[in-house]
Amino acid sequence: MTARIERPISPHLQTYRVTLTMALSVIHRATGIALYFGTLLLAWWLIAAASGPGAYANVQAFTGSIIGKLIVFGYTWALLHHLVSGIRYFFWDLGYGFKANEREALTWGALIAGISLTVLVWIIAYTVGGGR
Amino acid sequence: MSRPSSMRTPLGRVRYLGSSHSGTTDFWRQRLTAVAMTLLIVPVIVIVLMLIGRNQAGAAQILGSLPIAIILVLFIIASAWHMKIGMQIIIEDYVHNETVKLVSVMANNFFCIAVALASIYAIVKLSSGV
Repeated sequence: MTARIERPISPHLQTYRVTLTMALSVIHRATGIALYFGTLLLAWWLIAAASGPGAYANVQAFTGSIIGKLIVFGYTWALLHHLVSGIRYFFWDLGYGFKANEREALTWGALIAGISLTVLVWIIAYTVGGGR
Repeated sequence: MSRPSSMRTPLGRVRYLGSSHSGTTDFWRQRLTAVAMTLLIVPVIVIVLMLIGRNQAGAAQILGSLPIAIILVLFIIASAWHMKIGMQIIIEDYVHNETVKLVSVMANNFFCIAVALASIYAIVKLSSGV
């Protein structure tokens, strides 16, 4: 039997100075967790569509309510932010954008693009269908 | 003493512990599914926007059409896989109790598989028009 090796663990959040890239890294994880549980809403919606008019009307009643709208709006932002923030990681994975000003620009870009795209999608949603 | 010819530590060598050569599998799959979803996101958003304001019959008709069903199934597979890996990384980062970690990782797998299969089943049902 080998003795259990106490391997070093990654330092926790409070160790780090709060910077923009660090905060966005936390937000990337937080939106990921939100999207994870948000898939329940997506699955519910698809199952309701497959079940029948009554079940679908229940989903529409929920997504049409104030709380439902807030959740779907939050979900839209979480999805689009996680998307553009994730595209940032593609740059870094490929070895680009590591200079201080490039890091900052990519991160601000992700933050602004995430919010802009969310607003854009909701403007289209209201134009097309008068809201959900 | 001869110069070390490998990155393995002497202790690791004695214990026959070395690289399993699978350390980057999850990293790669997370990127693979991320690229897949980046490509699929625009059609997926268009599909969701197409469904706004429609009743169940209208929604079912759109969701049951072949290209839309395929796009959604691909997106569901990529997202379920991506979120399984992502949540496992978070669990492994923050849960240090072995038992709780094991149970959490298992629950994560169950959740992702269940959500994916339930969603895919719904789409297949809509496509077959049953």
